[in-house]
Amino acid sequence: MPSLSPKVLPTADVTPAQLEHGHSPWHDAWARLRKNKLAVAGGIALLALTLLCICGPWFSQTYQDQNLDLGATPPGAAHWLGTDTLGRDLFARILYGGRISLMVGLVATFVALTIGVTYGAIAGFLGGKTDRVMMRIVDIMYALPFTIFVILLMVFMKEPSEKLDAWLRNTVHLEGMQGAGNMVLLFAAIGAVEWLTMSRIVRGQVLSVKKMEFIEAAHSLGYGRRRIIFRHIIPNILGPIIVYATLTVPAVMLLEAFLSFLGLGVQPPMSSWGALIKDGAEKMEEFWWLLVFPGSVFSLTLFSLNFLGDGLRDALDVRASKD
Amino acid sequence: MLRFIARRVLETIPVLFIIVTATFFMIRFVPGGPFTAEKAVTPEVMRNLERAYHLDQPLWQQYANYLGRVIFHGDLGPSFKYPNRTVNEIIADKLPVSLELGLLSLAIALAVGLTLGVLAAVKRNTWIDYVCSSAAMIGICVPTFVLGPLLVLTFAIHFGWFNASGWYTPIDRVLPSLTLGCVYAAYVARLTRGGMLEVLNQDYIRTARAKGASETRVIFHHALRGGLLPVVSFLGPAIAGILTGSFVIETIFQIPGLGREFVNSAFNRDYTLVLGTVILYAALLIGLNLAVDVAQVWLNPKLKFE
Repeated sequence: MPSLSPKVLPTADVTPAQLEHGHSPWHDAWARLRKNKLAVAGGIALLALTLLCICGPWFSQTYQDQNLDLGATPPGAAHWLGTDTLGRDLFARILYGGRISLMVGLVATFVALTIGVTYGAIAGFLGGKTDRVMMRIVDIMYALPFTIFVILLMVFMKEPSEKLDAWLRNTVHLEGMQGAGNMVLLFAAIGAVEWLTMSRIVRGQVLSVKKMEFIEAAHSLGYGRRRIIFRHIIPNILGPIIVYATLTVPAVMLLEAFLSFLGLGVQPPMSSWGALIKDGAEKMEEFWWLLVFPGSVFSLTLFSLNFLGDGLRDALDVRASKD
Repeated sequence: MLRFIARRVLETIPVLFIIVTATFFMIRFVPGGPFTAEKAVTPEVMRNLERAYHLDQPLWQQYANYLGRVIFHGDLGPSFKYPNRTVNEIIADKLPVSLELGLLSLAIALAVGLTLGVLAAVKRNTWIDYVCSSAAMIGICVPTFVLGPLLVLTFAIHFGWFNASGWYTPIDRVLPSLTLGCVYAAYVARLTRGGMLEVLNQDYIRTARAKGASETRVIFHHALRGGLLPVVSFLGPAIAGILTGSFVIETIFQIPGLGREFVNSAFNRDYTLVLGTVILYAALLIGLNLAVDVAQVWLNPKLKFE
């Protein structure tokens, strides 16, 4: 599809029918995004990495395959990125860890998104006293030392989460779901922290949209509040929501890695990039590759996500907060 | 202004109260206790231990006693894991270490971040800008728990210039505070650049130039004050991040600070130590946020104390 910038004047061979066909704001944003080389590179890198993490493990050895005789070997032809002290292939482990890290990033962002959008939309739409009370609660929660609470939550809920885990395996018969309880806990803990900023952004947007005429029209058609919020208001503020969600994913992944580094995140035999980095940091004196490769892949992913998020923000021209 | 501060201080009291209450009951309702990990204690010894620490009383009574001691005596109680030591002693022992690390890191973050940010904004869209902005992006995408070990690997293990861990001589301060400072320097640089760019386009800057003020004076006297606003509002969460970020740094470099003590106390179910550190961190954070709000009004004449 030829990318028409608004300045290009239509030439004579354009039919009137084509002229009337305007571009939606989404189309324009897409064209702007495509011009941003860094954002495109970030998007492609991200896509490649995600595909590799999803499909890679189908072809490589499994991340659990141990070879104690082999031990830790430096990168070479047999094992591209070397092996860890148990003789496990590092490349395979990075791909498997990536699945978990990316999944935590996406699911926890989704949790934060759902809570934040609903909360912010309701506060902004209802306005008045309800709005003031709801936003005051957000203000107060902003002032809390949340990292501390997440740490406490992860430590103290370890046992209940293990019980949930056992229940999933024995009662629901979900095989291969080891550590699922821990993951659910992780999603909840991270989601509960990251929704605050989202709710503020959404509320501000709702305030500006709700005075517009099409909302008045919806009111006069007799639609209920719920329908107006979810069908009419939220679709119209999707731009800032998407932008902020893209920037939340790296924040979430960082938090997950931070928790895993403290030994509180994903539990073995499952692994995430944070857990691999922790492992590597402990053994780096002898086996540098165990730290350098997981660290690079993790940083590369954060790079891509941030570039893509910045690009989207510029493309959608949103004056969203920069953090 | 005094009224504003007084009102905000009053507002923190219920917040702190909620934090203490929530934490107190949260850690108690979870299975496991401070003495369950210890090797095969007979029921009798267990009972005596619990009596010694008043764990045999009803929960609400323990809560009331604890609250009373904290409010009226500032006494955070005895530690459950370190015999014969009080939480107050442990905090007095470990907090200075964490504060020193935090202040050093903050100094690095501000010095490096402001320099890079102002440079990038003034030399906008030149190679200087690109170098500074890329450096900032790297700082944001390489988290402390990757940067720290990498610095150790390079400068301590490979070159042997520093000790890999420990907190004894002044030179031991270099790597930890550099690690923590770099990440926040990156954020400061980005915010400074953005803030400066916005300000540099405004009329009063043109006025200053028209009056013949030198470029240095325009930048440092006129622009920086407004350009700093986003940085100042970031400093509240940033200082909180530096405080909690030191958990990781203290683990990597084996620094005997409060952050590591807090994580250990959570693992050990040392109830009083957990509560004491939570109260301390919450109070610090709330106080810092208040300071940030005051600084913001002071820097921006358009704002007023509500």
